[in-house]
Amino acid sequence: MIEIIEAAALATVQDLGRVGALNLGVGLAGVMDPMALSAGNILLGNEEGAAAIEIPLFPFTVRFRQSIDFTVTGADCAPSLDGRPVQPWFACRAEAGTTLTLSVPAAAAWPAARAYLCVAGGVDVPLVLGSRSTQLRGSFGGHLGRPLRNGDVVPTGVAKGTASGIGLVPPSLDIPVSVDGVPAVRVLPAAEYEAFTPEAHQRLWSCAWRITPQSDRYGFRLGGDELIPTAPLELRSHGIVPGVIQVPHGGQPIIQMRDAQPSGGYPKIGVVIEADLWRLGQAPIGSRIRFLRCTWDEALDAGAANRRWLEKARRTVSILADRRTV
Amino acid sequence: MTASHPRTSLLGTTALLFEAPGETTLATQRRIWALALEAERWDSVREAVPGMNNLMLIFADPPRRLDAFKERLVEVWSEIEPLPFDGRCIDLPVVYGGDGGPHMADVVEHTGLCIDDIIALHTSPTYTVYALGSHPGYCYLGGMDVRIATPRRKVPVLKIPGGAVSIGGSQTGVSASAGPSGWNTIGATDMTFFDVDRTPPALLRPGDSIRFKPVRLLR
Repeated sequence: MIEIIEAAALATVQDLGRVGALNLGVGLAGVMDPMALSAGNILLGNEEGAAAIEIPLFPFTVRFRQSIDFTVTGADCAPSLDGRPVQPWFACRAEAGTTLTLSVPAAAAWPAARAYLCVAGGVDVPLVLGSRSTQLRGSFGGHLGRPLRNGDVVPTGVAKGTASGIGLVPPSLDIPVSVDGVPAVRVLPAAEYEAFTPEAHQRLWSCAWRITPQSDRYGFRLGGDELIPTAPLELRSHGIVPGVIQVPHGGQPIIQMRDAQPSGGYPKIGVVIEADLWRLGQAPIGSRIRFLRCTWDEALDAGAANRRWLEKARRTVSILADRRTV
Repeated sequence: MTASHPRTSLLGTTALLFEAPGETTLATQRRIWALALEAERWDSVREAVPGMNNLMLIFADPPRRLDAFKERLVEVWSEIEPLPFDGRCIDLPVVYGGDGGPHMADVVEHTGLCIDDIIALHTSPTYTVYALGSHPGYCYLGGMDVRIATPRRKVPVLKIPGGAVSIGGSQTGVSASAGPSGWNTIGATDMTFFDVDRTPPALLRPGDSIRFKPVRLLR
């Protein structure tokens, strides 16, 4: 059990997302940074999709009610256990009754916004429609269908092994993507791309887009040059997915994120490829991001590179764990 | 969108969007439902999600040879027969106007009709559920009378309650839970459209239909 001592707003229980319920109007939800979740679970010997706590705002403090292995992945938020610093992206041991505090992410080697508190055995809230992720609209899944509050007690599952003392280098350092020194995500043009002016195309690919404060798990509202279609577009409602870059009438793009509604009707100029959504999910408010046009093959190769990184992480952890038991 | 040929486009590497040509009709929607059932059986497709005369196919694993996938889809479309449907019809009691219908005045102003005519036009059709989307349990309905069509609001309302009956452009619908909306709310119903503890969780599915029954008008 984990007791929430101090939760800033919007910390939620999430796994890799709710698959298969789109025909009920139920979107994906799930972690904004699936690489950080998978890596945390690999470090702890969990199933890769075990649920964790996603923390977007700080400080955040919990007390472990029993001894348990844990790790904090994602942003480097200077984790400390009963006042002693612990390394992010390392599996650590917490004794029963100890308190873990996460602080506002400092200028780390890797800029990131969200931290993941992963525990051995995973966060064991009930599966709802096949997932433990919090679905805020409709209020189900996660912990009681809502963000965590002070005093909440969250159950943990049965640990499969011990792995404390093993760490990983974050993938943002291992497999970075940037253009002219600005973090970048790869984009495929979408259905209405050709309906935008040549100037809009040029702006899409050259602007360093600012992540505005009106950005959250539903969508990232970007600040930058206006993107204008050659004529007003009226679309019929259709399915959309996280990563879709919609352009409402004002011309400022909005990227759909994990809590986005699963259908929409605004013109789509492009879509961030699935393999780069974890990079976007970690982009801090106020930071800038570039869109890098890619081909279908390059997009699939990017997915393969993520899978290779996770495979390497699995090997590293298993080799180090074996060595320790000798 | 009234192109003469179906159109396919990518939603990144996650999905492919198929859009049927022509005006939005129930006949086309019945073919979309049939195409969804067919495509759901393909190994490369994880979910087939109908929209309004369109279909989103979520990839199980995005295919390297995308052209072959698209060609197969368009070919199946050219031959597919409309899905027979025998959905059930439910009556929804609606209180029009008042606190539960704060934008009735805007619909009056835009259409130039009186409230009684608006209610008569809104309650006369049987609306078919074309698809679910937007939020858990929400139904996209076909069949609204264009005489009461009213543009979406310039400034969306931050929170309208579950059960809100609203008009957005030439569509009407009922919110299944509280949330933001750009549509004009003209009434309220207290039906529960989605309950995660129920099997199935959604009250309605594509092919079912809705009739709005006026229980009261608050002026």
